[in-house]
Amino acid sequence: MAQKKIVIDPVTRIEGHSKISIHLDEQGHVEEAYFHVTQFRGFEKFCEGRPFYEMPSLMARICGICPVSHLIASAKACDQILAVRIPPNAARLRRVLNLAQIVQSHALSFFYLSAPDFLLGMDSDPAARNVLGLAAAYPDMARDGVRLRQFGQSTIELLAGKRIHPAWVVPGGVSSPLAAESRDRIVAQLPGMLAIATRTLDWFKSEMEKFREEIRSFANFPTLFMGLVGENGGLEHYDGQMRFLDTGGRVIADYPGASYAAHIAEIAHPWSYLKTSFYKPMGYPDGVYRVGPLARLNVIDSVDTPRASQEWAEFRELDRGPVLSSFYYHYARLIEILYGLEKMEQLLSGPEILDPHVRAHARVNNGEGIGVSEAPRGTLLHHYKVDRDGLITWSNLIIATGHNNAAMNRGVLQVARHFVHGNRLEEGMLNRVEAVIRSFDPCLSCSTHADGRMALEVELRNAAGEVVDSCRTR
Amino acid sequence: MSAPAASKVRLATVWLDGCSGCHMSLLDTDERLIEIAPLIELVHGPLVDLKEFPEGVDVTLVEGAVSSEEDLHKIRQVRARTRVLVSLGDCAVSGNVPAMRNKFGAQAVLKRAYLENATLDAQIPREIIPRLLAESRPVHEVVPVDVYVPGCPPPADLIFSVLSDLLAGKTPNPAAKFG
Repeated sequence: MAQKKIVIDPVTRIEGHSKISIHLDEQGHVEEAYFHVTQFRGFEKFCEGRPFYEMPSLMARICGICPVSHLIASAKACDQILAVRIPPNAARLRRVLNLAQIVQSHALSFFYLSAPDFLLGMDSDPAARNVLGLAAAYPDMARDGVRLRQFGQSTIELLAGKRIHPAWVVPGGVSSPLAAESRDRIVAQLPGMLAIATRTLDWFKSEMEKFREEIRSFANFPTLFMGLVGENGGLEHYDGQMRFLDTGGRVIADYPGASYAAHIAEIAHPWSYLKTSFYKPMGYPDGVYRVGPLARLNVIDSVDTPRASQEWAEFRELDRGPVLSSFYYHYARLIEILYGLEKMEQLLSGPEILDPHVRAHARVNNGEGIGVSEAPRGTLLHHYKVDRDGLITWSNLIIATGHNNAAMNRGVLQVARHFVHGNRLEEGMLNRVEAVIRSFDPCLSCSTHADGRMALEVELRNAAGEVVDSCRTR
Repeated sequence: MSAPAASKVRLATVWLDGCSGCHMSLLDTDERLIEIAPLIELVHGPLVDLKEFPEGVDVTLVEGAVSSEEDLHKIRQVRARTRVLVSLGDCAVSGNVPAMRNKFGAQAVLKRAYLENATLDAQIPREIIPRLLAESRPVHEVVPVDVYVPGCPPPADLIFSVLSDLLAGKTPNPAAKFG
């Protein structure tokens, strides 16, 4: 961190939602790089004074891509404020909903946002390197992506009544049981979706050889990893313990979400609206860790569905310890799509999924609640305090993209060092800088605000801080 | 992408201070969007790699409220270059969720997130990133708006109906779709 000060006028030239700056030393070598997130809303403050039972629906508005994640983490925090154990079928239905969203969100990330890089090429014409270009050149692949995302979204609608920002998940459970007809409609689509997941995974594995350079340089370094684990260390997205792995792959902490504050701290940066989380006992930056699909597949000991379990075992053979390259987030995402579909099949197969007891009622019994779940992009945590009337007095949200902030910044630096030489910028380099961030599938809407395919402005500065070249995408 | 045909409508989408839900609801039109794709030239938006907001846009769908200096600059540019400006969704139409911070003020929300809820180097970010406006405002308080499409998010069917009207050269009336 030799050169910490960046002097770029904060108002002009920021057209996009995030921005990267790269610093060069006197020899023209990349010295430092920063990933700047440029929007902020302030949910932690403006929820104050509002009744806790509004929180799931309000917090869902943090993100239109993964509103279900916020619904679930928020409702779990509210369950604790009620001090109830929710009916078993409420938990089951929340699980199905969460998996449907993981499937649709991963499909959006893989097919709509990143597949153009894989199929059309990292160095291909930027004018056509998008989902429309993909649809024109590879219509079957594009259609698979549309169908998979549509399946996830329509499943959310069948369960919760609305695709985006449904109000169905409530403190104490869910507001209505699943109808047999809706269950049948979801189940009927699963074989087709499993076929899409399988062929996409097979295709991606066969293509990975072409991305050796990217695999080597896309945020490929040791960090800690964190994610939820279920019983027997199984893959888990709804409940369970939070687990940290050290850089050698050893478990260094397994703890309930309620004690997160002893394990996770956040550092603020002057140059971004996105704070960075770190593992508190090790401090910053030693305690930098990653979350999300790659981290989840690294921290677990088992997967309890047959096909995803096989794929997981194969995935873990990529490295001797934890799988380190962030390029493999894409691979992990496809395995999780397969898992999500298989797990939904399991959960929907028994008659108990139609059990009408889906909500526990109570008044405020606890002054505090902490809800933790796995969002598509990683561990999500909502923490609320309420007064005796149940009005929110304080809240803290720790969101997936914040956990990954340090790794994304280091990843940008690593890619820049690998692909940028001298005082020249090339479009292919820019796209790779975008692509390393894309591999994390950051949700800046969540952490602050932004879109899936972010506008990037890259400036190249020399040791004196002068702009020697700049380039913008989109 | 193909060259613009005279009959194609130049469509843009813009994302200010929102959650992306309105854009996701647009994607939720699923295959219908592919059906009307031949009528549209998509010239700007989150899924397209085009740099600048271009001149001579027929229709722009705007998601989100106007919350930062960057949003303000952007929406003025968009208005100047767009024939029919559509406020898409409640944040654009009324300020909705982003405007909930107005009763506290920008400094108070920044203080909570970066001074009180940060454990290390607590500080309010101020380098490079755009400053927040004192208040988050709906689009029509900043520039004239031609069509309002409410909803959080507006349902995919409503968005599709409005888009179809606009593509046919008609003035949509989303209010008529309610009740």
